[in-house]
Amino acid sequence: MKIAVCVSHVPDTAAKINISGDGKGIDPSGVTYVVNPYDEFAIEEALKTKEKFGGETIAISLGPEANKETLRKALAMGIDNAVLLKDESYRDSLSVAKALASEIKLHNAELVFFGKQSVDYDNSVVGQLTAELLGYNCISVAVDFKLDGSKVICEREIEGGKEVIKTSLPAVITAQKGLNEPRYASLKGIMTAKKKVIEEKTVDAANNYIEIVSFKRPAPKQAGKIIGTDASAVPELVRLLREEAKVI
Amino acid sequence: MANKILVFIEQRNGQIKKASYEAVRVAAGIAAKLSYQVEAVAIGDEIENLESIGNYGVSNVKHFKNSELINYSPSAYSKILFDFAKETESSIILFPNTSLGKDLAPRLAAKLDAGIAMDCTALEVQNNEIIVTRPIYAGKVLIDVKLTSASKVFTLRPNVFNPGIPGDTKSEVSIVNINSPDLSTKVTEIKKSEGKLDVAEAEIIVSGGRGMKGPEHFNLVEELSQLLGAAPGASRAVVDAGWRPHGEQVGQTGKTVSPTLYIALGISGAIQHLAGMRSSKYIVAINKDKDAPIFQVADYGIVGDIFEVIPALIEEIKKIKS
Ligand SMILES: Cc1cc2nc3c(=O)[nH]c(=O)nc-3n(C[C@H](O)[C@H](O)[C@H](O)COP(=O)(O)OP(=O)(O)OC[C@H]3O[C@@H](n4cnc5c(N)ncnc54)[C@H](O)[C@@H]3O)c2cc1C
Ligand SMILES: Nc1ncnc2c1ncn2[C@@H]1O[C@H](COP(=O)(O)O)[C@@H](O)[C@H]1O
Repeated sequence: MKIAVCVSHVPDTAAKINISGDGKGIDPSGVTYVVNPYDEFAIEEALKTKEKFGGETIAISLGPEANKETLRKALAMGIDNAVLLKDESYRDSLSVAKALASEIKLHNAELVFFGKQSVDYDNSVVGQLTAELLGYNCISVAVDFKLDGSKVICEREIEGGKEVIKTSLPAVITAQKGLNEPRYASLKGIMTAKKKVIEEKTVDAANNYIEIVSFKRPAPKQAGKIIGTDASAVPELVRLLREEAKVI
Repeated sequence: MANKILVFIEQRNGQIKKASYEAVRVAAGIAAKLSYQVEAVAIGDEIENLESIGNYGVSNVKHFKNSELINYSPSAYSKILFDFAKETESSIILFPNTSLGKDLAPRLAAKLDAGIAMDCTALEVQNNEIIVTRPIYAGKVLIDVKLTSASKVFTLRPNVFNPGIPGDTKSEVSIVNINSPDLSTKVTEIKKSEGKLDVAEAEIIVSGGRGMKGPEHFNLVEELSQLLGAAPGASRAVVDAGWRPHGEQVGQTGKTVSPTLYIALGISGAIQHLAGMRSSKYIVAINKDKDAPIFQVADYGIVGDIFEVIPALIEEIKKIKS
């Protein structure tokens, strides 16, 4: 079985994000980029599935040259092959999904793992969009994945619990924290990954449906009131919550 | 394209989700400004009180019905919505950004070749165009965007848009029976977490962090939650330590919440935690470190020991409740 995993390369969640001079993007200087955290769960699940059922794994990333670092990390963890769909321009989610879908089709991957969300634009849609474009079944935000022949059974998180959801291959699964514990790359893995060639391809120009009007900072919160330094401040806190905020 | 808006009404177990009313009110607002018509769409088996949608400004409700649709089926729900959007030539489609809405909305967008803006926290109509605001980079930045495609899909963050005071206009509900829904992907079972309110839906959240020192002290968090009718929440540090279940985690890798009141107990306020709760209306922080970043987003703070402050808070609230 051919298993694909789509990975994005994003600013470290702890990075300080500054808006660029033109107000239309972020200023990349001083920002460290990492594998999108959810995509590590996707990579791990692809590896586990291959270990169990055999097959071949491929990692796909769309973006600039720098995304190779993330692909290299996927290879180091044990993914067999990697493709960079090279694109320096801004793309909205549907246009990312269109490029990924045509690459996945080319590889005939029957099972495709995504992260549930890229922690840059926080959309959580590319997996579902790609699945629809491919005509694949899709389960998002999976915290448990089981494959039995061509049957797929997942658990996904919902408000107040989990739902068990069933489908069949070909399928897209988007990974949530809890799905597995991503492995560390072994030294041998890192050495092998260094030697592998990451295939580079060009993609059709983006046809975006989202126009960014502006980037802005959230309005800074008014400095809050420090009411006190011990339990004696509690009556005043409760009074404020009742009379000023009117929330209890 | 006809001038139509569809708004998706989410039901679980036949009960309408509160976030649906918020979306309905937003849809009615856009419709008034753009002179569009609105159709509310619900999918399920029996659904209680669908007429109540009218109280929030939308008078037409379509109920697509089949006993198999009581639980969510992405394949069936997206097909029904797609067919209906085509039939009515709807060009704007709104969903609540719930776990179901997040899963369903992009499927519809792909089928309609529509632009999609997720988790919007503000929506304005300017010069006949819709401009939405959405938080990105875990809420460190906001972007204003507009969609340039013919069809447009938006999801709205729950608890942010005001559903307004309900009126007393009942909506017209028309039932459409669905014969053989496409159940190729289907929820077969729901595993509820034992009777507790979920952070994603609660008006008040009482969250505990590593400052709680151990799982055995979370009875304080639970007791305070119960008194306030709140959901207990947690930071990732305590979830990773196995003190609390993952479903309670608030933040970037947990749930994004915007309750009316968020009480953070022994939580430092790391950026990834703030990502999940900074849009709460009121934030209370209790932490012994006056420099903890949580105080930068808190409306009210007590710089003190939670093991003294929480019991006092419990007593004080008992007093006012009695
Ligand atoms: C990719 C990524 C994703 C993440 N996602 C999330 C997420 O979704 N949610 C999340 O919460 N975190 C997330 N984190 C982790 C985050 O960075 C922090 O490590 C975490 O939020 C810290 O939890 P905490 O505040 O409970 O613990 P700490 O940072 O250890 O803070 C404990 C606080 O308790 C206070 N305290 C201690 N004792 C007392 C006392 N007796 N009385 C009063 N105060 C006391 C301390 O002063 C301190 O401020 C993520 C990290 C990464 C890298
Ligand atoms: N540029 C990209 N290249 C490859 N995969 C991507 C890209 N952007 C998003 N993805 C995948 O889609 C998931 C969801 O991303 P998003 O919808 O942008 O939040 C991510 O976790 C990745 O698995």
